Amino acid sequence: MSLSGSVAIAGVHEHPTRWAPDKTEFQIMAESARGALADAGLTIEDVDGLFAASMTMGAMGTVELAEYLDLKPDYVDGTNIGGSSFVAHVNHAAAAIHAGLCQVALILYGSTAASNAMAIGTGMGGGGRGWADAFSAPYGVTTVGSYALVARLHMDRYGTKPEELAEIAVAMRTHAGLNPVAKMRQPITVEDVLASRVISDPLHLLDCCIISDGGGAVVVTSAERAADLAKPPVLLLGCGEALAHQETGSPDLMRIAARQSGERAFAMAGVTRDDIDLCTIYDSFTITVLTTLENLGFCEVGEGGAFVGDGRIRLGGALPVNPDGGGLSSNHPGMRGIFLVVEATRQLRGECGDRQVDGARLACVHGTGGTLGMSHSGATLILGAA
Amino acid sequence: MAAGDMNYPAVHATWETRGYWEGAGRGELVIQRCRDCWTVQHKPRAVCARCLSSDIEHVVASGRGTVHTFTVTHQNQAPPFREHTPYVLAYVELEEGPRVLTNVVGVDPAEVHIGMAVAADYASQDRDDGEAFAVLVFRPA
Repeated sequence: MSLSGSVAIAGVHEHPTRWAPDKTEFQIMAESARGALADAGLTIEDVDGLFAASMTMGAMGTVELAEYLDLKPDYVDGTNIGGSSFVAHVNHAAAAIHAGLCQVALILYGSTAASNAMAIGTGMGGGGRGWADAFSAPYGVTTVGSYALVARLHMDRYGTKPEELAEIAVAMRTHAGLNPVAKMRQPITVEDVLASRVISDPLHLLDCCIISDGGGAVVVTSAERAADLAKPPVLLLGCGEALAHQETGSPDLMRIAARQSGERAFAMAGVTRDDIDLCTIYDSFTITVLTTLENLGFCEVGEGGAFVGDGRIRLGGALPVNPDGGGLSSNHPGMRGIFLVVEATRQLRGECGDRQVDGARLACVHGTGGTLGMSHSGATLILGAA
Repeated sequence: MAAGDMNYPAVHATWETRGYWEGAGRGELVIQRCRDCWTVQHKPRAVCARCLSSDIEHVVASGRGTVHTFTVTHQNQAPPFREHTPYVLAYVELEEGPRVLTNVVGVDPAEVHIGMAVAADYASQDRDDGEAFAVLVFRPA
């Protein structure tokens, strides 16, 4: 039997906190696990696969987490490829379940990035001694700067305008206004984005995601088992992952990892871009959304600026992106990939209230992790309502 | 103050990257070429990333290149960069092919543009470990 359609997301939970100085990472993960297992109608006793990554978990992190939860899983995966990790964990969980190596996979994330004052975007560039870091650390590279290198080239090569990137931030904020737990809900305009201070040219403050605390959990199991659980199953129809880096010196910065992972995911699912009802896309920065839409094949490379205009990616548009408000406005506790899966699942169940995409049946999820213009990861899922 | 005037963080060499950093200390831009498949590569490795051969030679690049893309960084809380904003982070495409991550210095950041011709320069490091390393930067050609 093919993997496509044989595995399902049975439970999800987004921790409602955005500011948690009174909580630990593991506590947020555990509270999220409680939420997602209750959502699925399962208990911690049912879990036999553990998947997790975080900003601070080291080499033995998943072992420590297993002790915290008193779990003795048959399958464990601590893959950490940046913020996309949890999207990749769904791929890995699906493969493990399909192969019979575990039955109920629990994917966890928790972070206190905001209350610990982590300068994720603009203060973590110095001092690396790793093989690759040694060649970037001398130059004051920031996370924002690495994405800005891509944005500048995109503008130069294709005439993409700052206003077109700003529209992405405005769309996310419009969606956040419909999400009661979003951190930033005050409406903004394109002019507001362009008037906000420049962080790394051409990216302004409002082109950048926020930093919050938070976390979430996802429960994955076989489609057969999910059919008997508490919520309507959301089927995994296609998946793919990819890495992109500086190669031997001459990568095409306009071709990001989403190209490779997306082609694989769409081919596995056997659906077209036109079939997709909504996307959840890692919006670390506005440029991330634009180049991801291009590389997933929703438009040609270079056409993203025009594509995101005319309300296309807003609720009510032809391809709503991040109805929850995304990392630009709802939450961004350092690594955001898990929320891409949570929101797409809820949308396909039709439980999103004011921000529900009408008649949502198929969603494309794409997480990007790392530093876009230098080295990054991508993971894509095609999810479908059962 | 422009980035070229800053005291760059001490760079760290390993056995396989030492040729590059020592070259920079001499004012040379050292890149690698595989003597089996003739792939030119940067960053330096102990093997050719294309064919995994260990028969690697170091060659001195011309130091001439063009700005492939860049960003003017206005915010970086990490020392020493926080005292040097705005500065230009860029990929410079070398005549020999590979692109290097670098700073473009000695020019008003507002004047930097994609396609701009630039030439290598080297910011020497004040170190107490006897190493004569330098940091590769670029100036307008």
